[in-house]
Amino acid sequence: MTKKEEQLTITKAPSIYPAKTKTQVSIILFAVIAFYLYSMYRAQDEMVGGIGSALTNMWSVMVKFFPPNFNVVSAIMPAMAETIQMAIIATTVAAILTVPLALLSARNIATFKPIYFIFRTFLNILRTIPDLVLAVLFVGMFGIGVFPGILALIIFSLGILAKLISETIEAVDMNPLEAIRASGGNTLQVISYGLVPQVLPQFTSFVLYVFEINIRASVVLGLVGAGGIGLILDQQIGFYNYPNAMTIIIVIFVVVIAIEYISNKIREALI
Amino acid sequence: MSTYNLPPKPARSTWKKIKTILITVAVIALYVWTFLGINIDWGRAIERAIKNFGIVLPKLFSPDWAALGEVSEKILETIFIAFAGSLMAAILAIPLGFLAAQNMSGSRFVSGIGKWILSGIRAFPDLILAILFVVAVGPNAFAGVMAIAIGSTGMLGKLYSEVVESIDMKVVEAMEASGANKIQILFHGVLPQIIPEFLSYAIYRFEVDIRASSILGIVGAGGIGLMIMFAASNRNWNEMGLILLAIIVVVTVIDFFSAKIRRKIV
Repeated sequence: MTKKEEQLTITKAPSIYPAKTKTQVSIILFAVIAFYLYSMYRAQDEMVGGIGSALTNMWSVMVKFFPPNFNVVSAIMPAMAETIQMAIIATTVAAILTVPLALLSARNIATFKPIYFIFRTFLNILRTIPDLVLAVLFVGMFGIGVFPGILALIIFSLGILAKLISETIEAVDMNPLEAIRASGGNTLQVISYGLVPQVLPQFTSFVLYVFEINIRASVVLGLVGAGGIGLILDQQIGFYNYPNAMTIIIVIFVVVIAIEYISNKIREALI
Repeated sequence: MSTYNLPPKPARSTWKKIKTILITVAVIALYVWTFLGINIDWGRAIERAIKNFGIVLPKLFSPDWAALGEVSEKILETIFIAFAGSLMAAILAIPLGFLAAQNMSGSRFVSGIGKWILSGIRAFPDLILAILFVVAVGPNAFAGVMAIAIGSTGMLGKLYSEVVESIDMKVVEAMEASGANKIQILFHGVLPQIIPEFLSYAIYRFEVDIRASSILGIVGAGGIGLMIMFAASNRNWNEMGLILLAIIVVVTVIDFFSAKIRRKIV
């Protein structure tokens, strides 16, 4: 009897995962690790000295960035202002253009299937192209300056915004719209009293969210000559003027955090 | 004929009216500042556009297939960078995510520190991190991997901490009550609840990182970005067309499979 009890306590609880899942997970894990090791091998095969020397080198370079040279803050402020202005203009234009685009790619508004399908595909393709690649293209077409940067931001944010808003429109409660139509409202009244009140808070929130994305994006657009603060940063790094570069990075950091904080507060108040 | 009485309009307090006016004034001031400050050289942009449009666009749509070998090699490198970077971030973000989750770290203060670290990391655009790493480790793909790894940690850590905060704490309490130690609680109480969502977010971040790593080469951090820069400065628009096509195809394919896997996991 005592022997039997002992046996019972020794027996381990059966695993909650079936054996098949276990082998599957092991194989996937093995594949992921193998692919990782191969990726790392490929990533550093052109590097001189390997990872070990890179880490020591990293430290010695990072030290050069400090202390930051705060005397240049007033000189970089105009460029920072330009960056923010680019993001504001781009977000505004995108928010206006997105309305028809989102309506046409919402399943419950664009009831004609091919239209819905064409606009959806168009938006999906638009969203695959990174913002900076668009900027490179537009700089090639329109020359260096603010304009290609704004254009790149508009196209890029249009893809995100139209998708988010079309999904909001699809989730709208259709009953109020039908009720207004049934009591004799025309299409314009249906939209302005039925659809707009339901979509407006989400719309504003998404526009602010895209504005945050645009601020981050416009910070780096200057690297390819599309205006904003990135150009100065690129120049300072190119001149090995690391304290100045660090000041620019700190300014970017502060502005991004401040704008995100404000926009987060507004969005919380909205929804 | 009976007259209809419309329902009365909701009363608005003076403070609300003042607030509306203040917001309107602030928005108008913002736009005035913006449009006075921005300086667009319309003349040059239009002149350039007229000159280039006919040349650039047709070339973009007739890709230069001779460069296919080089482009596919570089796009593979881009995928490697994104994969290595997002896997590193997926692991680095776990401790940070737990630190920033209030129900795990125990005190508001500790989780506050975690949240500040994460939003600090998120404030750096990927490309700025890439510039720093290029300066530190030289212009190669490893700099790109590091930039992606650090940049993604910020967002993944935030998402992870939200997942951890939303777990069912009753399971944890029940295990505590029946005498389980911390490690047992972690492995049998917490992990089974969070693993699917952690994986799903990590895979989603890989999607984002594919896009991010395709532009890292612009600052010299490996991948296809360098080819984009060369193609643009040599005005080789046929090659640019092929690169764009390659990015669109790769991103679409990876998005498709990642969405499928994520739907299966969660």
